[in-house]
Amino acid sequence: MTALARIADLAVTYRGAPAPALSGLSLDIEAGEILAIIGESGSGKSTLARALAGLLPERTKVAGDRRWPGLDGGPRAGRDIGYVFQDPGSSLNPVLTIGEQVGEGARRHLGLGRRAAGAEAVRLLARVRLPEPERIAGAYPHQLSGGQRQRVAIAAAIAARPRLLIADEVTSALDVVVQAAIVGLLVELVRADGMTLVFVTHDLALASGIADRVAVMAAGRLVELGPADRVVAAPKAAETAALIAAHIDLATPPLVGEAS
Amino acid sequence: MTEPLLVARDLRRGFASGGRRVAALDGVSLAIAPGETLGLVGGSGCGKSTLARVLTRLVAPEGGSIAFMGDDWLALGGGRLRAARRHMQMVFQDPLAAFNPRATVGGVIADALRIHAMVPKAGRAAEAARLIDRVGLPSGLTGRSIRDISGGQRQRVAIARAIAVRPRLVILDEAVSALDVSVRGRILELLVGLQRETGVGYLFISHDLAVVRAVSHRIAVMAAGRIVEEGPAAGVIAAPSSDVLIDLIGAVPRLTGIIRPERSEDRQDDAY
Repeated sequence: MTALARIADLAVTYRGAPAPALSGLSLDIEAGEILAIIGESGSGKSTLARALAGLLPERTKVAGDRRWPGLDGGPRAGRDIGYVFQDPGSSLNPVLTIGEQVGEGARRHLGLGRRAAGAEAVRLLARVRLPEPERIAGAYPHQLSGGQRQRVAIAAAIAARPRLLIADEVTSALDVVVQAAIVGLLVELVRADGMTLVFVTHDLALASGIADRVAVMAAGRLVELGPADRVVAAPKAAETAALIAAHIDLATPPLVGEAS
Repeated sequence: MTEPLLVARDLRRGFASGGRRVAALDGVSLAIAPGETLGLVGGSGCGKSTLARVLTRLVAPEGGSIAFMGDDWLALGGGRLRAARRHMQMVFQDPLAAFNPRATVGGVIADALRIHAMVPKAGRAAEAARLIDRVGLPSGLTGRSIRDISGGQRQRVAIARAIAVRPRLVILDEAVSALDVSVRGRILELLVGLQRETGVGYLFISHDLAVVRAVSHRIAVMAAGRIVEEGPAAGVIAAPSSDVLIDLIGAVPRLTGIIRPERSEDRQDDAY
Protein backbone atom coordinates (compact mmCIF):
# COMPACT_ATOMS: atom_id res chain seq x y z
CA MET A 1 0.00 0.00 0.00
CA THR A 2 1.17 3.52 -0.69
CA ALA A 3 0.89 6.28 1.82
CA LEU A 4 -1.48 9.12 1.00
CA ALA A 5 -0.25 11.12 3.99
CA ARG A 6 2.68 10.85 6.37
CA ILE A 7 2.44 12.67 9.66
CA ALA A 8 5.45 12.81 11.92
CA ASP A 9 5.62 14.21 15.43
CA LEU A 10 2.67 16.53 14.95
CA ALA A 11 1.87 18.95 17.78
CA VAL A 12 -1.00 21.44 17.77
CA THR A 13 -1.52 24.18 20.35
CA TYR A 14 -4.55 26.46 20.05
CA ARG A 15 -4.02 30.14 20.63
CA GLY A 16 -4.15 30.97 24.33
CA ALA A 17 -4.36 27.30 25.36
CA PRO A 18 -2.11 26.30 28.27
CA ALA A 19 -1.37 22.85 26.83
CA PRO A 20 -1.18 21.36 23.35
CA ALA A 21 -4.37 19.75 22.00
CA LEU A 22 -2.18 17.22 20.18
CA SER A 23 1.40 16.18 20.67
CA GLY A 24 3.95 13.67 19.41
CA LEU A 25 1.56 12.25 16.86
CA SER A 26 2.96 10.13 14.04
CA LEU A 27 0.69 8.36 11.61
CA ASP A 28 0.63 7.18 7.99
CA ILE A 29 -2.66 7.21 6.13
CA GLU A 30 -2.72 4.60 3.40
CA ALA A 31 -4.32 5.37 0.07
CA GLY A 32 -7.74 3.73 -0.20
CA GLU A 33 -8.08 2.73 3.44
CA ILE A 34 -10.86 3.49 5.89
CA LEU A 35 -9.12 4.80 8.99
CA ALA A 36 -11.23 5.41 12.08
CA ILE A 37 -10.01 7.92 14.63
CA ILE A 38 -11.74 7.34 17.92
CA GLY A 39 -11.59 8.91 21.34
CA GLU A 40 -13.65 10.74 23.94
CA SER A 41 -14.29 14.49 24.21
CA GLY A 42 -11.05 16.42 24.36
CA SER A 43 -8.94 13.49 23.14
CA GLY A 44 -7.70 15.50 20.14
CA LYS A 45 -9.48 13.49 17.44
CA SER A 46 -11.17 16.46 15.80
CA THR A 47 -7.98 18.52 16.10
CA LEU A 48 -6.17 15.81 14.16
CA ALA A 49 -8.89 15.77 11.49
CA ARG A 50 -8.74 19.55 11.17
CA ALA A 51 -4.95 19.56 11.06
CA LEU A 52 -5.09 17.06 8.18
CA ALA A 53 -7.55 19.23 6.28
CA GLY A 54 -5.76 22.51 7.01
CA LEU A 55 -8.84 23.74 8.87
CA LEU A 56 -7.21 24.84 12.13
CA PRO A 57 -8.01 28.39 13.22
CA GLU A 58 -5.51 31.13 12.41
CA ARG A 59 -2.62 31.58 14.82
CA THR A 60 -2.79 27.95 15.96
CA LYS A 61 0.73 26.69 16.64
CA VAL A 62 1.48 23.63 14.54
CA ALA A 63 4.78 21.75 14.76
CA GLY A 64 5.95 18.56 13.08
CA ASP A 65 5.76 17.24 9.59
CA ARG A 66 2.78 16.64 7.29
CA ARG A 67 3.67 15.18 3.90
CA TRP A 68 1.38 14.04 1.13
CA PRO A 69 3.32 11.52 -1.00
CA GLY A 70 0.01 10.35 -2.50
CA LEU A 71 -0.75 13.79 -3.96
CA ASP A 72 1.11 16.02 -6.40
CA GLY A 73 2.21 18.68 -3.97
CA GLY A 74 0.25 19.78 -0.93
CA PRO A 75 -3.47 19.23 -0.67
CA ARG A 76 -5.75 21.92 -2.08
CA ALA A 77 -8.59 22.70 0.32
CA GLY A 78 -11.95 21.45 -0.88
CA ARG A 79 -10.34 19.80 -3.92
CA ASP A 80 -8.16 16.99 -2.62
CA ILE A 81 -9.84 16.73 0.75
CA GLY A 82 -13.57 16.71 1.33
CA TYR A 83 -14.77 17.41 4.87
CA VAL A 84 -18.13 16.56 6.41
CA PHE A 85 -18.93 18.14 9.78
CA GLN A 86 -21.07 16.92 12.66
CA ASP A 87 -23.73 19.54 12.21
CA PRO A 88 -24.77 20.06 8.59
CA GLY A 89 -27.22 22.70 9.80
CA SER A 90 -24.32 25.06 10.41
CA SER A 91 -22.06 24.03 7.52
CA LEU A 92 -24.72 24.53 4.84
CA ASN A 93 -25.56 28.06 3.75
CA PRO A 94 -29.22 28.72 4.63
CA VAL A 95 -29.88 31.13 1.73
CA LEU A 96 -28.45 29.05 -1.12
CA THR A 97 -30.37 26.20 -2.71
CA ILE A 98 -29.09 22.70 -2.14
CA GLY A 99 -28.25 22.43 -5.85
CA GLU A 100 -26.10 25.59 -5.80
CA GLN A 101 -24.12 24.43 -2.76
CA VAL A 102 -23.52 20.92 -4.05
CA GLY A 103 -22.63 22.23 -7.52
CA GLU A 104 -20.18 24.81 -6.11
CA GLY A 105 -17.33 22.31 -5.71
CA ALA A 106 -17.77 21.07 -9.27
CA ARG A 107 -17.82 24.64 -10.65
CA ARG A 108 -14.81 25.82 -8.74
CA HIS A 109 -12.58 22.78 -8.96
CA LEU A 110 -13.70 20.89 -12.05
CA GLY A 111 -14.32 24.01 -14.14
CA LEU A 112 -17.92 23.16 -15.00
CA GLY A 113 -20.28 25.89 -16.20
CA ARG A 114 -23.43 26.82 -14.32
CA ARG A 115 -25.71 24.42 -16.21
CA ALA A 116 -23.28 21.51 -16.13
CA ALA A 117 -22.67 22.09 -12.40
CA GLY A 118 -26.43 22.05 -11.82
CA ALA A 119 -26.75 18.71 -13.61
CA GLU A 120 -23.75 17.38 -11.68
CA ALA A 121 -25.41 18.46 -8.39
CA VAL A 122 -28.53 16.47 -9.26
CA ARG A 123 -26.38 13.45 -10.12
CA LEU A 124 -24.54 13.75 -6.78
CA LEU A 125 -27.81 14.10 -4.83
CA ALA A 126 -29.01 10.90 -6.46
CA ARG A 127 -25.70 9.25 -5.55
CA VAL A 128 -26.20 10.00 -1.88
CA ARG A 129 -29.64 8.41 -2.29
CA LEU A 130 -31.83 11.42 -1.77
CA PRO A 131 -35.29 10.81 -3.17
CA GLU A 132 -36.38 13.17 -5.98
CA PRO A 133 -32.93 14.77 -6.45
CA GLU A 134 -34.27 17.39 -8.92
CA ARG A 135 -36.76 18.65 -6.35
CA ILE A 136 -34.18 18.62 -3.54
CA ALA A 137 -31.70 20.58 -5.70
CA GLY A 138 -34.19 23.46 -5.65
CA ALA A 139 -34.89 23.24 -1.90
CA TYR A 140 -33.20 25.08 0.99
CA PRO A 141 -31.45 23.40 3.94
CA HIS A 142 -34.24 24.14 6.46
CA GLN A 143 -36.70 22.17 4.35
CA LEU A 144 -34.77 18.92 4.90
CA SER A 145 -34.46 16.57 7.88
CA GLY A 146 -31.14 16.16 9.74
CA GLY A 147 -30.34 12.92 7.94
CA GLN A 148 -31.13 14.46 4.54
CA ARG A 149 -28.95 17.50 5.31
CA GLN A 150 -26.08 15.18 6.20
CA ARG A 151 -26.50 13.43 2.82
CA VAL A 152 -26.36 16.84 1.15
CA ALA A 153 -23.17 17.70 3.06
CA ILE A 154 -21.63 14.43 1.85
CA ALA A 155 -22.66 15.17 -1.74
CA ALA A 156 -21.02 18.62 -1.47
CA ALA A 157 -17.86 17.14 0.05
CA ILE A 158 -17.37 14.66 -2.79
CA ALA A 159 -18.32 17.09 -5.59
CA ALA A 160 -14.69 17.95 -6.46
CA ARG A 161 -13.81 14.23 -6.44
CA PRO A 162 -11.38 14.44 -3.52
CA ARG A 163 -8.81 11.74 -2.78
CA LEU A 164 -9.49 11.94 0.95
CA LEU A 165 -12.86 12.29 2.65
CA ILE A 166 -12.89 13.26 6.32
CA ALA A 167 -16.09 12.57 8.24
CA ASP A 168 -15.94 14.32 11.62
CA GLU A 169 -18.59 12.91 14.02
CA VAL A 170 -21.05 13.02 11.14
CA THR A 171 -23.59 10.72 12.76
CA SER A 172 -23.51 11.93 16.36
CA ALA A 173 -26.56 14.16 15.97
CA LEU A 174 -28.63 11.53 14.16
CA ASP A 175 -30.82 8.75 15.48
CA VAL A 176 -29.35 5.26 15.26
CA VAL A 177 -31.35 4.07 12.28
CA VAL A 178 -30.37 7.14 10.22
CA GLN A 179 -26.80 6.80 11.53
CA ALA A 180 -26.52 3.25 10.18
CA ALA A 181 -27.78 4.39 6.76
CA ILE A 182 -25.31 7.31 6.57
CA VAL A 183 -22.36 5.14 7.57
CA GLY A 184 -23.35 2.57 4.97
CA LEU A 185 -23.51 5.31 2.34
CA LEU A 186 -20.04 6.65 3.21
CA VAL A 187 -18.47 3.21 2.93
CA GLU A 188 -20.18 2.55 -0.38
CA LEU A 189 -19.04 5.89 -1.83
CA VAL A 190 -15.40 5.62 -0.80
CA ARG A 191 -15.12 2.00 -1.92
CA ALA A 192 -16.73 2.74 -5.29
CA ASP A 193 -14.48 5.75 -6.01
CA GLY A 194 -11.28 4.45 -4.40
CA MET A 195 -11.30 7.36 -1.95
CA THR A 196 -9.55 7.27 1.40
CA LEU A 197 -11.88 7.81 4.37
CA VAL A 198 -10.89 9.20 7.75
CA PHE A 199 -13.87 8.54 10.00
CA VAL A 200 -13.76 10.42 13.30
CA THR A 201 -16.09 9.13 16.02
CA HIS A 202 -16.46 8.54 19.75
CA ASP A 203 -18.16 5.22 19.01
CA LEU A 204 -15.70 2.34 18.85
CA ALA A 205 -18.34 -0.18 17.76
CA LEU A 206 -19.46 2.03 14.88
CA ALA A 207 -15.82 2.54 13.87
CA SER A 208 -14.81 -1.10 14.11
CA GLY A 209 -17.75 -2.13 11.94
CA ILE A 210 -16.42 -0.23 8.92
CA ALA A 211 -12.74 0.61 9.41
CA ASP A 212 -9.67 -1.19 8.11
CA ARG A 213 -7.59 0.39 10.86
CA VAL A 214 -8.46 2.14 14.09
CA ALA A 215 -6.46 4.93 15.72
CA VAL A 216 -7.34 5.51 19.38
CA MET A 217 -6.69 8.97 20.81
CA ALA A 218 -6.59 10.03 24.45
CA ALA A 219 -5.48 13.30 26.02
CA GLY A 220 -3.99 14.61 22.78
CA ARG A 221 -1.95 11.51 22.01
CA LEU A 222 -2.29 8.53 19.72
CA VAL A 223 -2.39 5.64 22.19
CA GLU A 224 -3.08 2.76 19.83
CA LEU A 225 -3.13 2.08 16.12
CA GLY A 226 -3.89 -1.20 14.42
CA PRO A 227 -6.26 -3.30 12.33
CA ALA A 228 -9.84 -2.86 13.58
CA ASP A 229 -10.32 -6.57 14.45
CA ARG A 230 -7.08 -6.75 16.43
CA VAL A 231 -7.69 -3.52 18.36
CA VAL A 232 -11.15 -4.71 19.46
CA ALA A 233 -10.16 -8.32 20.20
CA ALA A 234 -6.81 -7.59 21.88
CA PRO A 235 -6.48 -3.93 22.86
CA LYS A 236 -2.99 -2.92 23.91
CA ALA A 237 -3.70 0.48 25.44
CA ALA A 238 -5.58 0.86 28.71
CA GLU A 239 -7.64 3.64 27.09
CA THR A 240 -8.83 1.27 24.36
CA ALA A 241 -9.70 -1.40 26.91
CA ALA A 242 -11.71 1.20 28.85
CA LEU A 243 -13.69 2.15 25.73
CA ILE A 244 -14.46 -1.52 25.09
CA ALA A 245 -15.53 -2.07 28.70
CA ALA A 246 -17.87 0.94 28.54
CA HIS A 247 -19.49 -0.13 25.29
CA ILE A 248 -23.17 -1.04 25.56
CA ASP A 249 -24.95 -3.13 22.96
CA LEU A 250 -27.71 -5.74 22.96
CA ALA A 251 -25.39 -8.40 24.38
CA THR A 252 -24.33 -6.29 27.39
CA PRO A 253 -25.63 -7.66 30.71
CA PRO A 254 -28.51 -5.35 31.76
CA LEU A 255 -28.06 -3.21 34.89
CA VAL A 256 -31.58 -4.03 36.10
CA GLY A 257 -33.58 -7.23 36.31
CA GLU A 258 -37.04 -7.68 34.86
CA ALA A 259 -39.99 -6.26 36.81
CA SER A 260 -41.61 -8.90 38.98
CA MET B 1 -48.56 -5.20 41.63
CA THR B 2 -47.82 -1.98 43.50
CA GLU B 3 -49.96 1.11 42.97
CA PRO B 4 -48.65 2.85 39.82
CA LEU B 5 -46.77 6.10 40.29
CA LEU B 6 -47.90 7.54 37.00
CA VAL B 7 -50.77 6.51 34.76
CA ALA B 8 -51.33 8.32 31.47
CA ARG B 9 -54.38 7.49 29.38
CA ASP B 10 -55.13 8.30 25.77
CA LEU B 11 -52.93 11.42 25.57
CA ARG B 12 -53.48 13.48 22.43
CA ARG B 13 -51.60 16.47 21.13
CA GLY B 14 -51.29 17.87 17.62
CA PHE B 15 -49.13 20.52 16.01
CA ALA B 16 -49.61 22.69 12.97
CA SER B 17 -47.13 21.82 10.25
CA GLY B 18 -47.25 23.42 6.82
CA GLY B 19 -50.93 24.32 7.24
CA ARG B 20 -51.84 20.77 8.26
CA ARG B 21 -52.57 19.35 11.68
CA VAL B 22 -50.09 16.62 12.60
CA ALA B 23 -50.69 14.34 15.59
CA ALA B 24 -47.54 14.24 17.74
CA LEU B 25 -49.41 12.15 20.29
CA ASP B 26 -52.22 10.04 18.93
CA GLY B 27 -53.71 8.28 21.95
CA VAL B 28 -50.75 7.37 24.14
CA SER B 29 -51.30 5.39 27.35
CA LEU B 30 -48.62 4.21 29.77
CA ALA B 31 -48.02 3.39 33.43
CA ILE B 32 -44.89 3.51 35.60
CA ALA B 33 -44.66 1.81 39.01
CA PRO B 34 -42.45 3.00 41.89
CA GLY B 35 -38.94 1.63 41.49
CA GLU B 36 -39.54 0.86 37.84
CA THR B 37 -37.88 2.13 34.67
CA LEU B 38 -39.98 2.33 31.55
CA GLY B 39 -37.77 2.75 28.49
CA LEU B 40 -39.29 4.63 25.58
CA VAL B 41 -37.64 4.23 22.18
CA GLY B 42 -38.41 5.52 18.71
CA GLY B 43 -36.88 7.43 15.83
CA SER B 44 -36.62 11.21 15.40
CA GLY B 45 -40.03 12.84 15.25
CA CYS B 46 -42.01 9.89 16.64
CA GLY B 47 -43.47 12.02 19.43
CA LYS B 48 -41.36 10.84 22.37
CA SER B 49 -40.12 14.30 23.34
CA THR B 50 -43.63 15.72 23.04
CA LEU B 51 -44.75 12.99 25.42
CA ALA B 52 -42.06 14.07 27.92
CA ARG B 53 -43.25 17.67 27.65
CA VAL B 54 -46.89 16.73 28.14
CA LEU B 55 -46.12 14.55 31.16
CA THR B 56 -44.12 17.34 32.79
CA ARG B 57 -46.87 19.85 31.92
CA LEU B 58 -44.64 21.98 29.74
CA VAL B 59 -47.15 21.39 26.95
CA ALA B 60 -50.87 20.86 27.58
CA PRO B 61 -52.46 17.79 26.00
CA GLU B 62 -55.61 18.21 23.90
CA GLY B 63 -57.07 15.06 25.33
CA GLY B 64 -56.45 12.29 27.82
CA SER B 65 -55.62 12.12 31.51
CA ILE B 66 -52.58 11.81 33.76
CA ALA B 67 -52.65 10.49 37.32
CA PHE B 68 -49.46 11.11 39.31
CA MET B 69 -49.07 9.83 42.86
CA GLY B 70 -52.85 9.31 42.90
CA ASP B 71 -53.71 12.92 41.98
CA ASP B 72 -55.29 14.23 38.79
CA TRP B 73 -52.00 15.78 37.65
CA LEU B 74 -53.51 17.96 34.92
CA ALA B 75 -55.98 19.52 37.37
CA LEU B 76 -53.42 20.36 40.09
CA GLY B 77 -52.64 24.03 40.60
CA GLY B 78 -51.19 26.50 43.07
CA GLY B 79 -49.37 25.20 46.14
CA ARG B 80 -50.35 21.57 45.58
CA LEU B 81 -48.84 21.64 42.09
CA ARG B 82 -45.64 23.23 43.39
CA ALA B 83 -45.35 20.59 46.10
CA ALA B 84 -46.01 17.76 43.64
CA ARG B 85 -43.56 19.15 41.08
CA ARG B 86 -40.69 18.26 43.35
CA HIS B 87 -41.59 14.63 42.77
CA MET B 88 -41.51 14.77 38.98
CA GLN B 89 -38.10 15.93 37.78
CA MET B 90 -36.82 16.06 34.24
CA VAL B 91 -33.47 16.00 32.46
CA PHE B 92 -33.24 17.02 28.82
CA GLN B 93 -30.58 16.37 26.21
CA ASP B 94 -29.26 19.92 25.98
CA PRO B 95 -29.63 21.35 29.41
CA LEU B 96 -28.06 24.78 28.77
CA ALA B 97 -31.46 26.36 28.14
CA ALA B 98 -32.76 24.81 31.37
CA PHE B 99 -30.33 26.75 33.57
CA ASN B 100 -30.13 30.32 34.74
CA PRO B 101 -27.17 31.48 32.61
CA ARG B 102 -25.65 33.44 35.51
CA ALA B 103 -25.71 30.46 37.86
CA THR B 104 -22.73 28.53 39.12
CA VAL B 105 -22.65 24.74 39.29
CA GLY B 106 -22.98 24.74 43.07
CA GLY B 107 -25.63 27.47 42.92
CA VAL B 108 -27.88 25.46 40.57
CA ILE B 109 -28.00 22.58 43.01
CA ALA B 110 -28.25 24.74 46.14
CA ASP B 111 -31.22 26.56 44.52
CA ALA B 112 -33.06 23.29 43.95
CA LEU B 113 -32.43 22.35 47.59
CA ARG B 114 -33.66 25.77 48.76
CA ILE B 115 -36.78 25.92 46.57
CA HIS B 116 -37.97 22.55 47.75
CA ALA B 117 -36.74 23.10 51.35
CA MET B 118 -34.69 19.91 51.27
CA VAL B 119 -31.98 20.84 53.75
CA PRO B 120 -31.50 23.76 56.14
CA LYS B 121 -29.49 26.67 54.78
CA ALA B 122 -26.36 25.74 56.72
CA GLY B 123 -26.23 22.29 55.13
CA ARG B 124 -26.91 23.29 51.52
CA ALA B 125 -23.33 23.80 50.36
CA ALA B 126 -22.25 20.46 51.82
CA GLU B 127 -25.20 18.65 50.25
CA ALA B 128 -24.51 20.32 46.88
CA ALA B 129 -20.87 19.20 47.14
CA ARG B 130 -21.97 15.65 47.90
CA LEU B 131 -24.23 15.57 44.84
CA ILE B 132 -21.54 17.04 42.59
CA ASP B 133 -19.21 14.28 43.70
CA ARG B 134 -21.94 11.68 43.23
CA VAL B 135 -22.32 12.46 39.52
CA GLY B 136 -18.56 12.24 39.13
CA LEU B 137 -17.72 15.91 38.75
CA PRO B 138 -14.58 17.33 40.35
CA SER B 139 -15.27 19.55 43.37
CA GLY B 140 -13.28 22.35 41.70
CA LEU B 141 -16.24 22.86 39.38
CA THR B 142 -18.55 24.06 42.16
CA GLY B 143 -17.83 27.77 41.70
CA ARG B 144 -17.69 27.69 37.88
CA SER B 145 -20.37 29.29 35.72
CA ILE B 146 -22.80 26.85 34.16
CA ARG B 147 -21.85 28.32 30.76
CA ASP B 148 -18.13 27.64 31.18
CA ILE B 149 -18.28 23.88 31.62
CA SER B 150 -18.53 21.25 28.89
CA GLY B 151 -21.83 19.85 27.63
CA GLY B 152 -21.17 16.51 29.31
CA GLN B 153 -20.42 18.19 32.61
CA ARG B 154 -23.58 20.29 32.31
CA GLN B 155 -25.58 17.15 31.66
CA ARG B 156 -24.30 15.74 34.93
CA VAL B 157 -25.21 18.93 36.78
CA ALA B 158 -28.75 18.58 35.40
CA ILE B 159 -28.87 15.02 36.72
CA ALA B 160 -27.49 16.09 40.11
CA ARG B 161 -30.13 18.83 40.30
CA ALA B 162 -32.90 16.38 39.42
CA ILE B 163 -31.92 13.85 42.08
CA ALA B 164 -31.13 16.54 44.69
CA VAL B 165 -34.80 16.88 45.63
CA ARG B 166 -35.35 13.11 46.00
CA PRO B 167 -38.16 12.89 43.44
CA ARG B 168 -40.49 9.91 42.96
CA LEU B 169 -40.20 10.05 39.17
CA VAL B 170 -37.51 11.37 36.83
CA ILE B 171 -38.16 11.83 33.12
CA LEU B 172 -34.88 11.51 31.23
CA ASP B 173 -35.12 12.63 27.60
CA GLU B 174 -31.89 11.62 25.78
CA ALA B 175 -30.18 12.48 29.06
CA VAL B 176 -27.05 10.40 28.44
CA SER B 177 -26.92 10.48 24.63
CA ALA B 178 -24.28 13.21 24.42
CA LEU B 179 -22.01 11.83 27.16
CA ASP B 180 -18.70 10.08 26.57
CA VAL B 181 -19.12 6.34 27.04
CA SER B 182 -16.94 6.22 30.16
CA VAL B 183 -19.08 8.88 31.84
CA ARG B 184 -22.28 7.38 30.47
CA GLY B 185 -21.65 4.04 32.19
CA ARG B 186 -21.00 5.76 35.47
CA ILE B 187 -24.19 7.85 35.23
CA LEU B 188 -26.32 4.82 34.32
CA GLU B 189 -24.97 2.91 37.31
CA LEU B 190 -25.64 5.93 39.51
CA LEU B 191 -29.26 6.12 38.29
CA VAL B 192 -29.82 2.40 38.82
CA GLY B 193 -28.18 2.49 42.28
CA LEU B 194 -30.35 5.43 43.29
CA GLN B 195 -33.43 3.56 42.15
CA ARG B 196 -32.53 0.57 44.32
CA GLU B 197 -32.01 2.85 47.31
CA THR B 198 -34.99 5.15 46.98
CA GLY B 199 -37.53 3.44 44.71
CA VAL B 200 -37.52 6.33 42.25
CA GLY B 201 -39.26 5.55 38.95
CA TYR B 202 -37.79 6.56 35.59
CA LEU B 203 -39.17 7.24 32.17
CA PHE B 204 -36.01 6.76 30.12
CA ILE B 205 -36.44 8.17 26.63
CA SER B 206 -33.82 7.55 23.95
CA HIS B 207 -33.27 6.51 20.38
CA ASP B 208 -30.43 4.30 21.64
CA LEU B 209 -32.05 0.92 22.14
CA ALA B 210 -28.95 -0.70 23.68
CA VAL B 211 -28.78 1.87 26.48
CA VAL B 212 -32.54 1.72 27.04
CA ARG B 213 -32.37 -2.05 27.32
CA ALA B 214 -29.54 -1.87 29.86
CA VAL B 215 -31.53 0.19 32.36
CA SER B 216 -35.21 -0.57 31.68
CA HIS B 217 -37.56 -3.11 33.23
CA ARG B 218 -40.10 -2.56 30.49
CA ILE B 219 -39.75 -1.02 27.03
CA ALA B 220 -42.35 0.86 25.00
CA VAL B 221 -41.75 1.53 21.30
CA MET B 222 -43.18 4.66 19.75
CA ALA B 223 -43.88 5.49 16.10
CA ALA B 224 -45.97 8.27 14.55
CA GLY B 225 -47.44 9.39 17.87
CA ARG B 226 -48.49 5.95 19.06
CA ILE B 227 -47.05 3.24 21.25
CA VAL B 228 -46.81 0.34 18.83
CA GLU B 229 -45.29 -2.25 21.14
CA GLU B 230 -44.69 -2.63 24.87
CA GLY B 231 -43.51 -5.29 27.28
CA PRO B 232 -40.69 -6.63 29.51
CA ALA B 233 -37.32 -5.43 28.16
CA ALA B 234 -35.80 -8.79 27.28
CA GLY B 235 -39.02 -10.18 25.81
CA VAL B 236 -39.68 -7.20 23.56
CA ILE B 237 -36.15 -7.27 22.13
CA ALA B 238 -36.09 -11.06 21.73
CA ALA B 239 -39.34 -11.01 19.75
CA PRO B 240 -39.95 -7.61 18.17
CA SER B 241 -43.28 -7.24 16.42
CA SER B 242 -43.10 -3.70 14.98
CA ASP B 243 -41.05 -2.57 11.98
CA VAL B 244 -39.65 0.31 14.05
CA LEU B 245 -38.23 -1.99 16.69
CA ILE B 246 -36.84 -4.40 14.10
CA ASP B 247 -35.03 -1.42 12.47
CA LEU B 248 -33.76 -0.15 15.83
CA ILE B 249 -32.40 -3.59 16.73
CA GLY B 250 -30.67 -3.85 13.36
CA ALA B 251 -29.07 -0.42 13.74
CA VAL B 252 -27.33 -1.00 17.10
CA PRO B 253 -23.55 -0.96 16.46
CA ARG B 254 -22.02 -4.16 17.76
CA LEU B 255 -18.51 -4.85 18.93
CA THR B 256 -17.65 -8.23 17.53
CA GLY B 257 -14.84 -10.51 18.58
CA ILE B 258 -14.53 -9.34 22.17
CA ILE B 259 -14.68 -11.45 25.28
CA ARG B 260 -16.88 -9.75 27.80
CA PRO B 261 -15.73 -9.64 31.41
CA GLU B 262 -18.39 -10.65 33.91
CA ARG B 263 -19.92 -7.69 35.66
CA SER B 264 -18.96 -8.17 39.30
CA GLU B 265 -20.48 -6.48 42.33
CA ASP B 266 -17.24 -4.78 43.37
CA ARG B 267 -16.83 -3.32 39.90
CA GLN B 268 -20.20 -1.62 40.31
CA ASP B 269 -19.19 -0.27 43.71
CA ASP B 270 -16.02 1.13 42.22
CA ALA B 271 -18.02 3.21 39.81
CA TYR B 272 -19.65 5.34 42.51
